[in-house]
Order: sequence, then C-alpha cells, then structure tokens
Amino acid sequence: MHKAYRYSLGSKTYEFRNLADLMARATPARSGDRLAGVIARSAEERAVAQMALAEVPLKNFLNEVLIPYEQDEVTRLIIDEHDALAFAPISHFTVGDFRNWLLSDLASSDMLASIRNGITPEMAAAVSKIMRNQDLILVAQKCRVITAFRSTIGLPKRLATRLQPNHPTDDMNGIAASILDGLLYGSGDAVIGINPATDNVAQATRLMKLMDEVIRKYEIPTQSCVLTHVTNTLECIEQGAPVDLVFQSIGGTEATNSSFGFNLATLAEAEQAALSLQRGTVGNNVMYFETGQGSALSANAHHGLDQQTCETRAYAVARKFNPLLVNTVVGFIGPEYLFDGKEIIRAGLEDHFCAKLLGLPMGCDVCYTNHAEADQNDMDNLLTLLGAAGCSFVMGIPGSDDIMLNYQTTSFHDALYARRVLGLGPSPEFEAWLEKMQIMSNAAGACLNDALPPAFAASLKTLPAGNSASEVSNG
Amino acid sequence: MVDQPDIHNDDWNGVVDNPWRRLRQFTAARIGLGRSGISLPTKEMLEFQLAHAQARDAVHTPLDFSELTQQLETLAEQYPLLSDEPPLKLHSEAVDRMTYLQRPDLGRRLDEASRVLLQQEQQTPEQPFDLALVIADGLSATAIAHNAVPFIQALCEELQDDKQAWKFAPITLVEQGRVAIGDDVGELLNAKTVLVLIGERPGLSSPDSLGLYLTWAPVRGLTDARRNCISNVRPEGLNFSEAAHKAGYLLRESRRLQLSGVQLKDRSGSLTGPADSLSESTAQAATIDHQPDFPDEHTTIKPASSPAAETKNFLLG
Repeated sequence: MHKAYRYSLGSKTYEFRNLADLMARATPARSGDRLAGVIARSAEERAVAQMALAEVPLKNFLNEVLIPYEQDEVTRLIIDEHDALAFAPISHFTVGDFRNWLLSDLASSDMLASIRNGITPEMAAAVSKIMRNQDLILVAQKCRVITAFRSTIGLPKRLATRLQPNHPTDDMNGIAASILDGLLYGSGDAVIGINPATDNVAQATRLMKLMDEVIRKYEIPTQSCVLTHVTNTLECIEQGAPVDLVFQSIGGTEATNSSFGFNLATLAEAEQAALSLQRGTVGNNVMYFETGQGSALSANAHHGLDQQTCETRAYAVARKFNPLLVNTVVGFIGPEYLFDGKEIIRAGLEDHFCAKLLGLPMGCDVCYTNHAEADQNDMDNLLTLLGAAGCSFVMGIPGSDDIMLNYQTTSFHDALYARRVLGLGPSPEFEAWLEKMQIMSNAAGACLNDALPPAFAASLKTLPAGNSASEVSNG
Repeated sequence: MVDQPDIHNDDWNGVVDNPWRRLRQFTAARIGLGRSGISLPTKEMLEFQLAHAQARDAVHTPLDFSELTQQLETLAEQYPLLSDEPPLKLHSEAVDRMTYLQRPDLGRRLDEASRVLLQQEQQTPEQPFDLALVIADGLSATAIAHNAVPFIQALCEELQDDKQAWKFAPITLVEQGRVAIGDDVGELLNAKTVLVLIGERPGLSSPDSLGLYLTWAPVRGLTDARRNCISNVRPEGLNFSEAAHKAGYLLRESRRLQLSGVQLKDRSGSLTGPADSLSESTAQAATIDHQPDFPDEHTTIKPASSPAAETKNFLLG
C-alpha cells in the first residue's frame, strides 16, 4: 500500500491519500482537474500541497509509481528506461531542492543535458508544480535539445515554424496557395504539415506527393508530414509514398494510447520504417508527436491523475522514439480542460518546460477555441513567453484562422513578430534558403523583401484566370 | 536599390500588399493579407476581431426561448404532424454558462424540475411517441435562432406524407444542454427516437452551424457510438432541405432497423455527393465539442469533405 502524505499547518493537518493525490492537489487551478474531481478543495489546500510536495524526495518517484507497473506500459517504459547513473547527481534532492538546483548557476545547459535521462516525467511534473512562470521560462531556456532532418531544430537564438496549410476539402490548389503564402512569410522550417480533411491512406499519399514535389522543386531545406494515424503512415511507406516524418498524437497512459489506436510497439515499427527510407540530409529524427493536457481525461484513461502529470508522462513515450518535433496543442481541446487565457498560458509554459527538461524538441501550438475565455492578446502573451523560454517551434497559419479545424493558432505574421522582438532566426538551413530565394533580405532580422521573389513569380504566371488582386481585396 | 516611400503621399498607407492575394480564389484561408512592416494591416486585424466577436457572441448570447416558442407554435398550426402541445422548456444541471463550459457532464443531464415536468408528459409503453425533437442551445444560440425553425419546417415537409405516420412528442427546448441530454428527454417521454438539434462549436467563419444527433431507443448513459450525426446545417453549409432529406432517411431507416449509431448506414447521399459511411457520419461528432468523450485530437477530426482534385498544381508549374 502507498503511504499517505501529511502536512501540518498550525493546528490543522492536511492529508493526501498518496503521491498522485498530492500532485493533483498541488497543481495550479484548471478546469480539467475540477472536472476530474482531483483539484485542490481550497486555495490553502493547494498551497499546502505544494509545500508538502516540495519535501518529497525525488527517489520516491522511482518507488511509488502513479499507475501500477503491471497495468501500464508507459509506467514500465518510465521505470525500465530510467538511467540511475544520470540520476546520481540529483538523487539526494527533494522536489524543493530540485527547483533550487535547476534555477542555480550549477545547472548549466551541459549539466542539464547530462542528467535528463535520470529525470522521470513525474519528477519533472512535480517540480513544475512548485515553479512560477518565470522559473519555467528561465530553466527551459537553459535546456538545449537539438534535432535534425533536412533542417536543424532547437539551436540557440532560433525559432522554427510548422507551416500548416489545412483546407476543409483538401483542395490541392487551396493547400498550395497556403503553402506559398507561408513560404513567402518565411514560415515552414520545422515542417510543412497538413491535417487532412479526408483521413485515409490514398489521401495522405496524395498530400505527401504534393509536398514532396514542392520541396524538391524549390529545394526547400524542410520536411513534410501528413498528420494521419501512425498505421496509415506505415501503409503509405509500404506503398512507396514519400514519407519524411511519421506523425502520431500520444498520451501519457497505455489506455489513452489504446484509445488512439496504437501502442509502443506500433511506434517502434513506424520509426524503423521511416528510418529505412533515409530521406534526411542533415539528421535522421523521423518522428513528429502531438500532445495536450486533457486527452487522458477525455479518453477516460487518466487513472485519477491530474492532467498535467498525465501530459508529462506522454513525454516518456515521445523521447523513446527520438522525435524531430513534439508539440503541445495547448488550447485546442476546449475550456472544460483549460478554461481561459490564464490557464492556457500556464499549461503551455509547464508543457514546454517539462518536455525540454526531459530532452524533447518541444514546440507549442499556441491556440484557443471560440468557446474558451481567450483571445489574440492571450496568444501574443504566450507566444512571447515561449519565445523567451527557447521554444523550438510554433505553428504558422494564414491569419491565425484554421478553416479546417475551426480554431485559432499563431499566424505567419505572429512568428515574424516573435523572431524580430526576441532576436530569433529561423533554422540555419532555412535562413540561407530564404535569402537565396530572395524572400528575405535579412532572415535573422525578419526583413521581408517587398518584391515577389523571381522563382515564385514564375509559378504565379501559370495561374488559371481568376479574380484580380484588386477585385479580391475590395471584396 | 529601394526607393524610400514618401509618407506624405496620399497613396501611401503603410501596407505592403501581396500580389498573390488572388490565390484566395482557391481557399477561404486568410492568405495574402499583406503587411504593415511584419504585422497585420489594420483592416485585416479588425476583420479578424469582428469574426472572433461574432463567434464569442454565438457562444455567450442566451437563446431567446420565448421568441423560439412563438415561432414553433406558428409552425405547429401549419403542420398537423407536430404536436399541438406548446414546447416544453427544460434546463440541464449546468446552472449557468460558465458552469456549462467547464462541466460537460452537467450539461448532459436534466435538472430535477425538468425531469418532473417530462414525467407528466410521458406516454404509456404501449403507445410511445415515434419521435422527440429536442432543441438545445449548445455552443451557439445563434445557430438555433437562425436555423432550428426552418430545419423543422423542412423536416415536416419531408415526413408528412410518410405512409407510416409519425407521432411527435411535444418539442422540448433545453437551456445549457449538450448532445447527450437528448437521452434523458427521450427516456422520460418514452419516445422511440430522439433527434437533438444543437448549436455547434462556432468557427470564425461559421458562428451559426446547427448539428443534428439521432438516437434510437434513447436512455441515459449511451455513448456516441449509438448516435448518428448530421453536421454544419445552415444556408452556407448543408441547406435545410438537404439536411431534412438526410435526417428523414436516417429516421426511417432507424425505425425500420430499430437501431442507430455505427450500425446505421447513411446511404441517402444523392443530394450531397458520395454517400457517407456511417463511421464517417459518427466521426463527424468529433468536430463538435459537445462531445468531450471523443479524444478531440487533430487526427480524429474529419469534417465532411469532397474528394480532392487531381489537377496539376500551380506551385509545380
């Protein structure tokens, strides 16, 4: 039996059933934990839970698993892959000591990289719960995680973007129009990634071929991805489709992943299949994962854990498969999980921090739906904070408005804003390409040229007759 | 050489227009917006704010139930098929909008007063209602205000000449309701089938999308696998007569086969292109956030779409 945790405040003693309960009560308030019934019952209880959590030795997380080892392959992965040697330098810490150490000058980028395999997701989640937003930013900014395929992601002073040219009917010219728009705004170095409207193997292959041809014709140092189920992508590979990256949405419990229709063995098979194609030029990270707080609760597979702890456990799944990109789709699921801008911003910073600490190339889909209490100003805030925190990549979409998924995320303009105010450039290979193609005169400074680049001007001449620019702009 | 623009010139407005704006003929995406420096031009920025404001209003404006009741009573005079009893106003356990948005579980259940009211209307097991129409505000009162009455009218046109007549329950109007509330209503009324009309989660370009959810033999606690969904009902989406045709088809088939959900195939498709398979039809529910039981990740979302064109792409010349 797991022991209860107690904490005395004056004459009052708070009791927490077990480590999972303690972590849930210690979490900053959010609607999903209220929905699950695991949230702190008062503000005082939350603060007390954080104080009690700060006293928990990190070693406890290795002995007191939150979901039984026998029941859950994600728990088995976490325990079996734990690197005791990497853990040694921090093994005597409590959660509170761990925070102090992470913030100290001793925790250099190199030091953080050397211990990352000794940190379990639960340790990362626990320490994040007792950190303020500025702590999450400061430490994440020190974590360096560099991955590569045809472009390099995660170098210091860089912010990449996923060009997301979705279309509600997957119209090829509609998608190409959004790709062109994005490229001409310097977007797309992380990946050109499409969420297909019609989700099957034939459609995925069609979209992969389109992107592959565009990437080859314009010699773009980037990679493509169709965000379809991992088993679809496997079938695409078997049929000879040009697959750069394998996508999958992942969660932090075996039952969540079963509800998504895969397990760890499926991901291993997919990684091997994609590696066998050898399509990378500067690196060979072939996986792209998406996560997001609330998915485990949504799948009724959270085992009574709070949603942020579940989310962090998904990062154990991700890091097993050497991804090029991981991102948290932070405000997508809706206000029953993250209610407003404040909760979305906090969750985005937590997810980014925990993933970076665990060694993942973390990006963020800075986003919200129209029934959440959030707007573009909240997105500006989170984008700026994540840029300061060294976020690997964000989304780039025409005018922030995804017309297929019906939500709002960061636009091409937003990414240029973040790059300019924070002094961040695109990935180095893409930076050189933007200047070579005469899209930008100074990509590091986010300076766009006024004239249409020659290579693309030629493509536009072949356009079928349609509305003139002036007609459309008056429409 | 770059000419310095003359800001005193009347033509200069600080905006760099995009020559590729004409590509908007291919997509409703906000491409070719131009820029002021690297930022959105004023006009484009304000247009986005307007679209967002309309979507927000759709979520937060309360539904005008007395106006709706009046319209439905007028409609009932015109169509004898509809129950001559006035619509019944019900409420979920979500006491207000803020609770509704954070507690989908409460939005799925009727409050006690509503349950008592419905028990008085209940049919005997020997003579159940054939169909209970449930109108729930959902996430867009705008969708209900614009589209519920014209859809019901189209549905009456569709069903009124059926050889096997339809015995309608009194129409119920549910405040702060989610899709599954139809199960409570149908069960309490003793109706064979329930059809829920609900305001869908609004997108920026579609603040008034109406969703339809059909369930055979409704009882509390059914999962989404037992429902059939028709999505995006509005003049700019699936229009009323097409939606009523699809709904009529599903209702008749449901009654004939005595089931609904994944086993009920929608083969009505002549009006809207290729017939949806039923799995697609139910998967569409995942586009609507009344259904947090669905893992609402990007990959599960499949709005209705037509097959992609195979034409040569302009970017590839």
